[in-house]
Amino acid sequence: MKADVSIDCLGLFCPMPIVKTAEKIKEIDAGKVLEVISDDEGIVDDMPNWCKMTGHEFLGVEQNEDEFKAYVKKV
Amino acid sequence: MADKNAVTIIAFSGDLDKLFASFTIATGAAASGMKVSMFFTFWGLKLIQQEGSKPKGLNWMQKMFSWMVKPGTEKRSLSKLNMFGAGPAMLKKLMKKSKVPSLKEMMTAARSMGVKMTACTTSMEVMGITKESLSPEVDNIAGVTSFLAEAKESSMTLFI
Repeated sequence: MKADVSIDCLGLFCPMPIVKTAEKIKEIDAGKVLEVISDDEGIVDDMPNWCKMTGHEFLGVEQNEDEFKAYVKKV
Repeated sequence: MADKNAVTIIAFSGDLDKLFASFTIATGAAASGMKVSMFFTFWGLKLIQQEGSKPKGLNWMQKMFSWMVKPGTEKRSLSKLNMFGAGPAMLKKLMKKSKVPSLKEMMTAARSMGVKMTACTTSMEVMGITKESLSPEVDNIAGVTSFLAEAKESSMTLFI
């Protein structure tokens, strides 16, 4: 998936990937896609739930071995 | 009407592990756009008391409390397997290794995300903790009514 902005959360554990996502999403424009790279498996469930709570659009998670890439579109 | 988007946390415990739980929920909720308010009471107050603070005018019992339970983010003990401080040292080492943020970092993150921190006045009085000795992160000091008023307006109240 193509993203406009990407943040590296490798090595960080809950709640830091979500905290960093919340910080970054404030900086980008509506309609842009944010990619969150994480090796915390919790992100698979956490990101769609975070989107549900904040109203941003969840686009999906891609897994490559131990690495996860979650995509969020700012609404 | 309760605000579905508000959470109130009573941080009663001064234990490292329980405070981690409190701050994980607080920062996670704040990051999810929720309004978060934390009330520190009893042992939880020791976290938001500045390290090395020696409040004046304490009686011997308050002095004992002050001496037996050290203030600050670095001096917290574990609820289980404390082993005279060996447990927390090992846990901190493990957490650092796996890059889990420290209590201090979580507190700073919570602060920057607008988590409100209130110290309970009654516990402060009992334990001899003065307003001046509280960490700068603390927003205000208040009593049970303030907590109840906020809890009534939130959809989730946790006692940790």
